[in-house]
Amino acid sequence: MIEIRNITKSYDSTVVVDAVTLTLRRGGITSIIGPNGAGKSTLLSIIARLIPTDKGTVMVDGLDVARTAGEVLARRLSILRQDNHMTTRLTVRDLVAFGRYPYNKGRPTAQDQEHINKALAYLGLEDLGGRFLDELSGGQRQRAFVAMVLCQDTDYMLFDEPLNNLDIRHAVAMMKLLRDAARDFGKTVVVVLHDVNFASCYSDQIIVMRDGKLFLQGPPSEIIRPDTLQQTYGCPFEVHDLGGDRIAVYYA
Amino acid sequence: MKLFILALMVTLAAAIVSLFVGVSDVSLSALFSGEADEKMLMVFAVSRLPRTIALVLAGAGMAVAGTIMQMLARNRFAEPSTAGTVESASLGMLVVLLLAPDLPVMMKMLVASTFALAGTSLFLLILQRVPLRSPILVPLIGLMLGGVISACTTFFAYRFDLMQAMGAWTSGDFSTVLQGRYEVLWIAFVLTVASYVAADRFTVAGMGQDFATNLGLHYGRVLAFGLVVVSMVTASVVVTAGILPFIGLIVPNLVSIVMGDKLRHTLPWIALSGAALVLVCDIVGRTVNAPFEVPAGSVLGVIGSLFFLNMLLRRRLRAA
Amino acid sequence: MPPETRPSGMVLSLMALAAVVCVVAFMTWGSRGNWSFVLPFRGTKLLALVLVAYAIAVSTVLFQTITNNRILTPAIMGFDWLYMLLQTLLVFGLGAATTSAIDPRWMFLIEVGTMTGFSLILYRFLFSGGVRDLHLLILIGVVFGTLFRSLSGFLQRLIDPNDFVVLQDRLFASFNTIDASLLLVSAVLVGLASLGALKIFHTLDVMALGRETAISLGVDHRRITMIVLILVTVLVSVSAALVGPVTFFGLLVANLAYILMPSAKHRYVLPAAVLLAIICLVGGQTVLERLFGFDTALSIIIEFAGGLFFILYLLKGASR
Repeated sequence: MIEIRNITKSYDSTVVVDAVTLTLRRGGITSIIGPNGAGKSTLLSIIARLIPTDKGTVMVDGLDVARTAGEVLARRLSILRQDNHMTTRLTVRDLVAFGRYPYNKGRPTAQDQEHINKALAYLGLEDLGGRFLDELSGGQRQRAFVAMVLCQDTDYMLFDEPLNNLDIRHAVAMMKLLRDAARDFGKTVVVVLHDVNFASCYSDQIIVMRDGKLFLQGPPSEIIRPDTLQQTYGCPFEVHDLGGDRIAVYYA
Repeated sequence: MKLFILALMVTLAAAIVSLFVGVSDVSLSALFSGEADEKMLMVFAVSRLPRTIALVLAGAGMAVAGTIMQMLARNRFAEPSTAGTVESASLGMLVVLLLAPDLPVMMKMLVASTFALAGTSLFLLILQRVPLRSPILVPLIGLMLGGVISACTTFFAYRFDLMQAMGAWTSGDFSTVLQGRYEVLWIAFVLTVASYVAADRFTVAGMGQDFATNLGLHYGRVLAFGLVVVSMVTASVVVTAGILPFIGLIVPNLVSIVMGDKLRHTLPWIALSGAALVLVCDIVGRTVNAPFEVPAGSVLGVIGSLFFLNMLLRRRLRAA
Repeated sequence: MPPETRPSGMVLSLMALAAVVCVVAFMTWGSRGNWSFVLPFRGTKLLALVLVAYAIAVSTVLFQTITNNRILTPAIMGFDWLYMLLQTLLVFGLGAATTSAIDPRWMFLIEVGTMTGFSLILYRFLFSGGVRDLHLLILIGVVFGTLFRSLSGFLQRLIDPNDFVVLQDRLFASFNTIDASLLLVSAVLVGLASLGALKIFHTLDVMALGRETAISLGVDHRRITMIVLILVTVLVSVSAALVGPVTFFGLLVANLAYILMPSAKHRYVLPAAVLLAIICLVGGQTVLERLFGFDTALSIIIEFAGGLFFILYLLKGASR
């Protein structure tokens, strides 16, 4: 369980995250949606202790992220931010292997190798293992980063817009993979998503943020509705029921 | 592994050549057959051997320091002579010469290290203020910072009539390395080995602060350790032989192109290639205009700036 | 008269006044009435300083006009060091005896000629692809400067040390050891360059609008660029021959001129830059020499201030 209490963060005089309090239960996929500048990415980074908060606390399974040793947290919670620009030249396999760093401090065991192979296979990267990251396409690189996070094998996995750079086929595959991870291995997945319909089809829980505040929290059936979406994004929405999924239409 | 042994042999061969090249005759056969007279033995023990050891230690150390700098600045062009480190160490040397010229070499090195540490930290602080982190801006700022710091050094050297003395430690000249005057480089050696122990940490740090934090690494501590290694290695080289420009640029980049940046893998190669490169530069400098010597630093300056230009022009072609 | 000229004219007059004050102070301060000695001695020095100030200011502003930026200067592109390298190459290739036998003034003309050829090639090479990344271009220039400097350092080591001593004075001019034998020929060259600049003066303001605009307004951009580049090279050679390389002086005075002049027209900016350069050089030299008794400190102070300015400019530009 992740308990977020009264988190506030501001840069200069702009409040980016404003007194957010919420609880994320174990298991399932939670999506965070909201317009640009709503504070979604900042909130995610604060949960993962990448950015210190000004006020408030984040507890992961009872551990205060601001006070717990980094290596302890790294075995419980992982995060992948967007725009992962890397100057270091690593092969895909080397990168994924660093997902085991919190456990082995750089000296991989046979068990670690198994984890690495599994993560590579999961993302269809077996053939690319020996390639350097800077030789890959944007989508392949994104999958390699996700494989590293999977390899880290933490209970909580946080992703900031993981579908960036992915084409439709890979985007769908990625969301399915996250859902499988949640269902089959009992992982807790938190994703910031831009695409409302991916959130609608794959989430157990949706969190809506607006102007740095927590606006709504609930299952897709409560959130993906014309009135709430219109309030969130400030433009008209229609919502249709298609084969059991709620699909928002906003192109007109 | 086989390749590595081959490279080791090549470096060893260069070291052996270095032992027997010079103004006075020292020959292998004479040394072993016992025909060597006292003078020959002395030249060997007091000058040639220390010089060769110093070349190896300095080359390996600077190449590794360059690698670490590139990981910390997350920039391919960063190395002690493009980050203000070298110039700060020189300023430190000058300050010691002004205030306490009689300090033992060890203490001089420590003072120079402190200055190098301060200068490099300043460089990294300035980098944090470059929001775009344009990769080209990083070495540009480093070179300019180095220029400003060395202007300070030159000013005081000029004021206090130390220009000549300063020439000695800016030239990258190993001809003055004698027994008793290079041992401080063993500190660089210890730090080089310590960097290898921490190789994975540096690789992770090179992936960026967010990645490092996610993997549970204490980024601040790695940064601090890396800065200390870079500063002390640079200072010990500056104190003994002078400035060796661009090794930290040439070697890590070449190694990275061939085998990537997993330092656990590549650091031994980097250290070895650095040693070999400096050995070769010094041998070239000793033979090209014998009996006069061209400092290894001068040879490196030419090779290094050509290499640097090549890196930049390739980039330009790619951009165009 | 357009309204913008009045304040510009006033600022110019004030600068001219300050420049005259500096010149008078330079000639009279501390002369103790010993005019027969002081006048020719200080007079030649003053003439040299004014020539250098003029050459650097004009070459920098013109260079920045054709390259359309305010941070790249011929000196930062390593042109000064290219001149030093050519000089060394000539000595190296012809031998000290031949070089000393040739009249230094002819030698100088040969050097200026070669320099112009070389820099045209370099310029064509760098700018032919179109300037896409200014920072990359600056860095390439800076590294070219390092290469030229290391190469000439290397070659100087290869010259027979005995010959080298003979030539050292010629190779290392500075503010304190101005090469007076070249004064007349320098003045003639600067005069000719100015005449050339006068002929294309009317197109400069259009050139400053950028390549595309200039072409669409009917200016032969390529031809003007070439002419300006030749003028710049001649001026740079003059200043490098008289006082040696000064990396940042042009950058400082040109940018001061841009800041102080309300109008960006060359009619105002060019004279302003020249006057500011005279004020800084003559005034600075007067104060340092007479008040503090430092001789060569001026160039060091320029490097220090220029480097700082450069870093701040980069940071400001990057954060925009």
